[in-house]
Amino acid sequence: MRHDIYLYLLVMSAVTLAIRIVPLTLIRRQIKNRFLRSFLFYVPYVTLAVMTFPAILETTQTPVSGALALAAGIALAWYGASLFKVSAACCLIVFCVEWMLLG
Amino acid sequence: MADRPSDLLPSRRDVFFEGIHDGMPIALGYFVVSFTLGIAARNAGLTPFQGFLASLFNNASAGEYAAFTVIAADAPYLELAIMTLIANARYMLMSCVASQKFAPDTPLIHRILVGFDITDEIFGITIARKGPLNPYYNYGAMSVAMPGWSIGTALGVIAGNLLPVQAVSALSVALFGMFLWVIIPPARDNRVIGALVLASFAASFLSAHTPGLMELSAGTRTIILTLALAAIGAAFFPVKDPSADREEDESHAA
Repeated sequence: MRHDIYLYLLVMSAVTLAIRIVPLTLIRRQIKNRFLRSFLFYVPYVTLAVMTFPAILETTQTPVSGALALAAGIALAWYGASLFKVSAACCLIVFCVEWMLLG
Repeated sequence: MADRPSDLLPSRRDVFFEGIHDGMPIALGYFVVSFTLGIAARNAGLTPFQGFLASLFNNASAGEYAAFTVIAADAPYLELAIMTLIANARYMLMSCVASQKFAPDTPLIHRILVGFDITDEIFGITIARKGPLNPYYNYGAMSVAMPGWSIGTALGVIAGNLLPVQAVSALSVALFGMFLWVIIPPARDNRVIGALVLASFAASFLSAHTPGLMELSAGTRTIILTLALAAIGAAFFPVKDPSADREEDESHAA
């Protein structure tokens, strides 16, 4: 190992923190431009949706359990279940389905 | 969420505890995910303390994982910087979004501290919460999420594959459940958001199976699809003036 781990940690931390903090501190007024405002309004939903599917099918042991957790999570969130209930139900379903399918 | 008293002004302490409450499932999910991240850190030659530091200051799953592979390869510092920049670039978008949720007169220190832990999950609950961003809500969530993440990483370095694979598999969907909790109610109430969520699912699935795109990392695909789809939404369905925008903000929080 020729490189210093602590220098590595410093480099990665500096880059990550700059990415997070610089926009938050530089953009201090409400953006007036309608396109930009609309764009930023839609970003969270698009980005979270993109990260959820199909990734949820790939993190579980079998895609079936991930798919069922996805369906249950959507249904529960649709009817207004709490954050804890939605998350816990997804976990429980994966555990039960895999217990039945994989033993 | 729906029964939260939003019209009377809650104290900082109340808001802080509200943040702890909502941060709890995040912390649990983090603990498990970071445990597996710790295994990657160990493979890169990190000690438990170094794994702890990496997670405390980076709070990023894909970003840290990518960084550990670079460290494991003993690559130049510049390569690590570029890899971290690409893997974490989506946080720049999230930081821009969060900047618009702050009241304009918010002191700089709150912006810096909140920015410190803009993760996918903390960002999610920040956006879902009614009204302007209250930093104490974020501090509450951070106070449980950050230890969950950094201590989980350290334990992962120490204990490796201790957790049974069934438990890892089940707990790995906790964070996805949280994403669904953030996006589904607004998708139900706002047609444009609903259509964008469906389009995002479809585009994400297709891009993961399309030659030319599937070779890119998941983080890079997320950025490209986010830029494209949010731009399409903004071009064809621009939100109304700021007051109407705020109304939408409130309806999707309920």
